[in-house]
Amino acid sequence: MTQGKDCAKFFGHGLPYADVGDLKGTLITIEGTDGVGRSTQVNLLREWLEVQGYGVIETGWTRSELMSETIGVAKAGHSLNQLTLSLLYATDFADRLEKIVVPALRSGFVVLADRYVFTAFARSVVRGADPRWIRNVFGFALVPELTLYLKIDANTLVPRLLRTRGIDYWEAGMDMHLGTDLFESFRKYQWRLIREYNKMAREFGFVTVDATLMVEEIQARIRRRVQALLEERRIQALAGSLDRLRPLLFEAEEESAGERPEPPVPQGIGSAESVAEPRVARAPSRD
Amino acid sequence: MSRGRRLLRRGRLIVVEGIDGSGKSTQIKLLHKWLEARGHQVVFTEWNSSDLVRQATKRGKKKNLLTPTTFSLLHATDFADRLTYRIIPYLKAGITVLADRYIYTAFARDIARGVDPRWARDLYKFAVTPDVAFYFRVPIEVAVGRILGTRAKIKFYEAGMDLGLSPDAVESFRLFQGRVLKEYDRITEEFGFRVIDGTRPIDSQQQQVRSIVARLYNRDAGLFEAAS
Repeated sequence: MTQGKDCAKFFGHGLPYADVGDLKGTLITIEGTDGVGRSTQVNLLREWLEVQGYGVIETGWTRSELMSETIGVAKAGHSLNQLTLSLLYATDFADRLEKIVVPALRSGFVVLADRYVFTAFARSVVRGADPRWIRNVFGFALVPELTLYLKIDANTLVPRLLRTRGIDYWEAGMDMHLGTDLFESFRKYQWRLIREYNKMAREFGFVTVDATLMVEEIQARIRRRVQALLEERRIQALAGSLDRLRPLLFEAEEESAGERPEPPVPQGIGSAESVAEPRVARAPSRD
Repeated sequence: MSRGRRLLRRGRLIVVEGIDGSGKSTQIKLLHKWLEARGHQVVFTEWNSSDLVRQATKRGKKKNLLTPTTFSLLHATDFADRLTYRIIPYLKAGITVLADRYIYTAFARDIARGVDPRWARDLYKFAVTPDVAFYFRVPIEVAVGRILGTRAKIKFYEAGMDLGLSPDAVESFRLFQGRVLKEYDRITEEFGFRVIDGTRPIDSQQQQVRSIVARLYNRDAGLFEAAS
C-alpha cells in the first residue's frame, strides 16, 4: 500500500495523473457473499447515519454509468471468462471510484460501498486468476477505512439463498463447469467463495460480523464499529484543523505586532530579547 | 507473459505498432495479401474491436466519461476478449494472426495519459508474446500531415483532448501523439521491436516487412525439419 497526496491510501499506484486532494470523508465497505444480507444492513446503516446528520453516498457493484449495461448484457450472454469478467469489474469499479467515491470523499461524505475490490478478488481467484495479478489490477483503488465482513457458512447460506431468490447462473458458478448438477455447482462455488473471503479477512483486516445473527443484532454490531470509526475520524479532523490553524495564528500575531509601529508593553521594559530572558531564567528554578 | 509453447505447430502472431498516421494499417493489409497469396491461413484482428465493450467504449467516448484508468481498462477488456476468442484458438490451430496494434499500444498510449507503467505491464501479463512486433516510426509532423490530409476531423481521444493539453484539436493531437511517440521510442528496446522507417516509400517498407516475416517462417520450418 502506498500513500498518495494528502495521505490518501491506495492499494497500489493509485491514480498518478489525478490530484485526489484532501479526502475528508470516510469510506466504509461491506463485503460478503451473495444473499448474506448486505443490502439490508447498508440501508439500515444509511438511515441511522443520516438521522445523525451525516451525508451518505452509496455505491454498489456494477452500478457505474459507464459499465452497468455492458456487464448486464455480457453476463446474459455467458461468453465471459475469468479474464474478461475480472476486467469488466475493474472498469466498472474505476468509473465509480473516480466519478462517485473520490468526489464524495472530497466533499466529506460517508461513502458506503456495497461490495468492494474484495468481491473481485474472490470471484477472480476462485476462477483461477493469479491472486497477485488481480490485486495489481486494482492497485488504483483507495484503501477503505473500514471493511465490514458479513460472514456465513455455506451450509446456512445455500438454503437461505434458495428460499429467497433461487439459483442464478453466475451465483452458481456455472461458468466454471464444476459439474452438471446445478445444486452441487452452486454449493461448491459458494463454499469456495466463502473460503476466499475468510482468507482475505486475515490479509486485509476485515471486521467480521456473524451474519447468522438476527438483522437487528448485526446492525447493532455494525453501528458500534462505525460510530467508533467516525469519532476517531472527527478527532483526526480536529487535530488536522488545529495543525492548519497554528501557523495562521502565529502569522496573525506577527502581523498584528508588525501593524503597531511601537508595541506598548515591551517598549517601556526594553528589547524583545530582554522580554524573553526572564522566561528562560525561570525554567530551571521550577525543577 | 506466456507463450503458447505447449503447441508444436502453432500459428505465428505478427503485430504492427505506431502512432496514428504512421502507416501501419496500410502495411499490415499488404502483408495480409502477400501471406494469403503464398497459401498461408491468416486472420486479422484490430485493437478495440470486440463486441463485448463496444457499447461502453462508444458511450464513454461520446459523453467524455473516460479517465486514463477507465480508458486503459476498457481496452484491456477488449484485448482479453479478443485474445480469448480471436487470437489464442487460431494460434493453436496453426493459423497466422495479424494484429493491428497490440499491448504495446497500451504501454505507449496509456502511459502517455499518465497511468503507472508497471501497473500497465502487470495488467497485460496474460498476453501472448508475439513472434514479431513491427514499429512504424514517423516524425510527429509527418503523422499530423497525413491525418489532416485524409480525415475530416481529428477524434477527441485520439488527440488526447481529455488531457486538456490544448483546446485546439490539431495542437492537442501534436502534443499528445508526440508523447506517445516518445513512449514507443522508450520501449523499443525493452520489447525488441523491429523498427521500420515509416517515411520511406510504401513498397520499400513492405519489402522490408516481408523479408523479416519470410525469415520467421523459414526459421520455424528449419526447426520442424530438424525435429523430425
